[in-house]
Amino acid sequence: MSEAALTPSPARPARRAGGARVRGESRLVQAILIAIALVFLLLVLGLPLASVFVEAFRKGWDVYLEGLSDPDALAAVRLTLLVAAIAVPVNVVFGLAAAWCIAKYEFRGKTLLTSLIDLPFSVSPVISGLVYVLLFGAQGWFGPWLKANGVEIIFALPGIVLATIFVTFPFVAREVLPLMQSHGTADEEAALTLGASGWRTFWTITLPNVKWGVLYGVLLCNARAMGEFGAVSVVSGRIRGLTTTMPLHVEILYNEYNTVAAFAVASLLALLALVTLVLKTLLEWRYADHLSANGKH
Amino acid sequence: MSVAVTIEGVTKQFGAFAALRGVSLEVEPAELVALLGPSGSGKTTLLRVIAGLEEPDGGEVRFDDVEAHRLSLRDRRIGFVFQHYALFRHLSVADNIAYGLRARPRAERPSADEIRRRVGALLDLVQLVGLEKRFPGQLSGGQRQRVALARALAIEPRVLLLDEPFGALDARVRKDLRQWLRDVHRRTGHTTLFVTHDQDEALELADRVAVLNDGRIEQVGTPDDVYDHPETPFVCGFLGESNRLDVEVAGGQAFFNDKPIFAAPAHNARGVANLYVRPQDVRLVEPPNAHGLAGVVAAVRRHGAIRRAEVAVTGLARRLEVDLPSAVAPAVGETVGLKIIRATVFGSG
Amino acid sequence: MQAAASRWRQPSILPGFGLALGVTLTALCLIVLIPLAGLVLKAASIGPAEFIAIARSERTVAALRLSFGAAFLAALVNAIFGMLIAWVLVRYRFPGRRLVDAAVDLPFAMPTAVAGIALAAVYAPNGWVGSLLDPLGVKVAYTPLGVAVALVFIGLPFVVRTVQPVLEEIEPEVEEAAALLGAERLRTVFTVVLPAVFPALITGFVLAFARAVGEYGSVIFIAGNVPMVSEIAPLLIVIRLEQFDYAGAAVVGVLMLLASFLLILLLNLLHGGLRRRYGHV
Repeated sequence: MSEAALTPSPARPARRAGGARVRGESRLVQAILIAIALVFLLLVLGLPLASVFVEAFRKGWDVYLEGLSDPDALAAVRLTLLVAAIAVPVNVVFGLAAAWCIAKYEFRGKTLLTSLIDLPFSVSPVISGLVYVLLFGAQGWFGPWLKANGVEIIFALPGIVLATIFVTFPFVAREVLPLMQSHGTADEEAALTLGASGWRTFWTITLPNVKWGVLYGVLLCNARAMGEFGAVSVVSGRIRGLTTTMPLHVEILYNEYNTVAAFAVASLLALLALVTLVLKTLLEWRYADHLSANGKH
Repeated sequence: MSVAVTIEGVTKQFGAFAALRGVSLEVEPAELVALLGPSGSGKTTLLRVIAGLEEPDGGEVRFDDVEAHRLSLRDRRIGFVFQHYALFRHLSVADNIAYGLRARPRAERPSADEIRRRVGALLDLVQLVGLEKRFPGQLSGGQRQRVALARALAIEPRVLLLDEPFGALDARVRKDLRQWLRDVHRRTGHTTLFVTHDQDEALELADRVAVLNDGRIEQVGTPDDVYDHPETPFVCGFLGESNRLDVEVAGGQAFFNDKPIFAAPAHNARGVANLYVRPQDVRLVEPPNAHGLAGVVAAVRRHGAIRRAEVAVTGLARRLEVDLPSAVAPAVGETVGLKIIRATVFGSG
Repeated sequence: MQAAASRWRQPSILPGFGLALGVTLTALCLIVLIPLAGLVLKAASIGPAEFIAIARSERTVAALRLSFGAAFLAALVNAIFGMLIAWVLVRYRFPGRRLVDAAVDLPFAMPTAVAGIALAAVYAPNGWVGSLLDPLGVKVAYTPLGVAVALVFIGLPFVVRTVQPVLEEIEPEVEEAAALLGAERLRTVFTVVLPAVFPALITGFVLAFARAVGEYGSVIFIAGNVPMVSEIAPLLIVIRLEQFDYAGAAVVGVLMLLASFLLILLLNLLHGGLRRRYGHV
């Protein structure tokens, strides 16, 4: 008998008392529970998402485009892309290195290393920014030395990049690590016995095995890097047109009561979130086997 | 004789797949019945229909004289042992066993002391005294099996149903548990049906065996009945091993390649038929003259406790398998005569 | 290198361990560990007396209380509704189910600042929901309740995504067994299904709670940020930094860091206990 045939469909209504409806509730109870869940999701997720676009277009296309074509807004877009373009590759390299040594070798302190990599997830974004201010800020540990040598980190691009790397640190590693672990080392050993070099083995065997995991990690890492607010706001100094990323620009406009422009920029970020979600969902449907059981966080 | 469970013309369809195509069976009180069949034969579906876990599309199930579909699952009082036990992982052994008692409506629920006493008695019955505080995750496969049985017995079931009771266990544990289950059945006397795809299990344990194939019951009978007197080619092929020869029947004789090889008086029909012969029902004899079956020994190999010869017979695509008594040791390549002692003839088609 | 390494790691023919571990540890130290150590050092450098004075100041206590209180409330709401949503998604089939399933991850993908201004717009007294609640005398935006609403948004996917796979894996036989043993549906759900997902529910609760405690971006737009009333701890850090009061910022930071470590520790202990009992969680 096929597996599917054995599993009673939970939604099937009972026609007779004591019939097959063992798991599953009556249609009415189902409908009520579904309705409660959907109303809750609408209130918490749906309405806010919709409001971004409604507010952005409140005064029509022209005002919307005006808000986006403002030089400071364009500068914010450029800065956001630049920061992501630096932070994401750095985390890919780090994530692959970390996953490689944790997944493929047995050594002491491995558990500790694994939990240290996850550490930034449990730190408030504001603290992620704070630590760099304490190190490199005017009154920080290295502040005076940096000032004397004319190096700007805080209130400049390097600080924003550092804070972004901090908050996105575990993204690639934690998607790739379980995949590498599940593949074991047999493939690599086979490649090595066939005479492949270490690098060749990595590029031709290891990386193809985990590529969808890497892509998944990059997707999430990128979304967070472009959208990060708390950490970046602490280190940026919010110099309009210079150190404001898109989320920071949204805040400035919002606080200036320039609501339409704020929501216009926000709508770009919301669009980014939606695209990320669609790609993520596609990856999960299409490559579920390649993303392992914990592919969904 | 009264009947404990009556199954009448039960059909069940899953989409395009007909799992049961009109199954009827009567089970007597205290009987131990095996539902035997290959996977996909409908045996598990039948068990689930009896339990009330599936609703039949047609036909009905009666307990004594009560129509089952009038009963709620609780009132059916079915003791069901799932293939993978379905133990509640977050409950201890004792709490698992007591679950059904505690789930009763307040008026019918035994007192806490009574529940404890009954759980104790069941633990004793399934030989798990001392493990009552363990959790399912801390038990071996065989122990889980016994907890599942104790849990099913706790509700004093009208009928005990077991789905592949030993399917998830390794071979040695299976054997031990088989005897033990037989023993428990003798002591508790529950009307019991169990599903298995293992013919040894069915033949060894059951009072009666119902052989299922493709959603139908092919034959019901005692283990000796179904093994020695199979009523259909399927039963003959499924239970034990057999050689199949295409023969022609005329005048109570089966002819293979125009040679009379077996007297089949019971078979009245004439014409083309199939002859099923078990390896142990063939003897090696001196090479025959013109009559009888002959072949060349192609291989001799050990088959557990016995030795078995593969004999190539002209006109037969597959080699004929023959069990050898310990004194007989034919050489490979030797020409031998074959005498069929017992066989079953089925009209072909 | 290979020979020296073999004392603390098992030998392997795979090359590249030194390089990979080197990159990992360097990045980890430079990006995460040294900066965090700097924070702890800064807080320690001001001396215990002043540390305690800052930690016990009214404004710090109020901010921490709001952050933790609102996060706890939000995590509780998320535990209840997250469980319900996971249940509906796993057990029922309805049009748009896969869309809803994908949408649950929105808070993971949505930049927090966008979420913040959007929630403020919806729950402000003139917003879509706020205008319905306002006549009833319920104010959400610019009150502590608003903080909780933002934290519900942030934490929801944590509960759903931890409970969902566990719920999917419950064998149907377990529920059938309970039903055959005479348990009616509600009893089966509460004594068999919920206990099975309980560890996951707790995990989701703690994850949502931990994330909510540190949340900043989505909260500040809806909170109103009135000191002592609707000012969250991360905001207090930002305010102290803007006043160049690095010590004050560091103390609040260390207190929050400590709290999140305690939460992680608690979660691990909890899981260890459950694993011992049930074999595997």
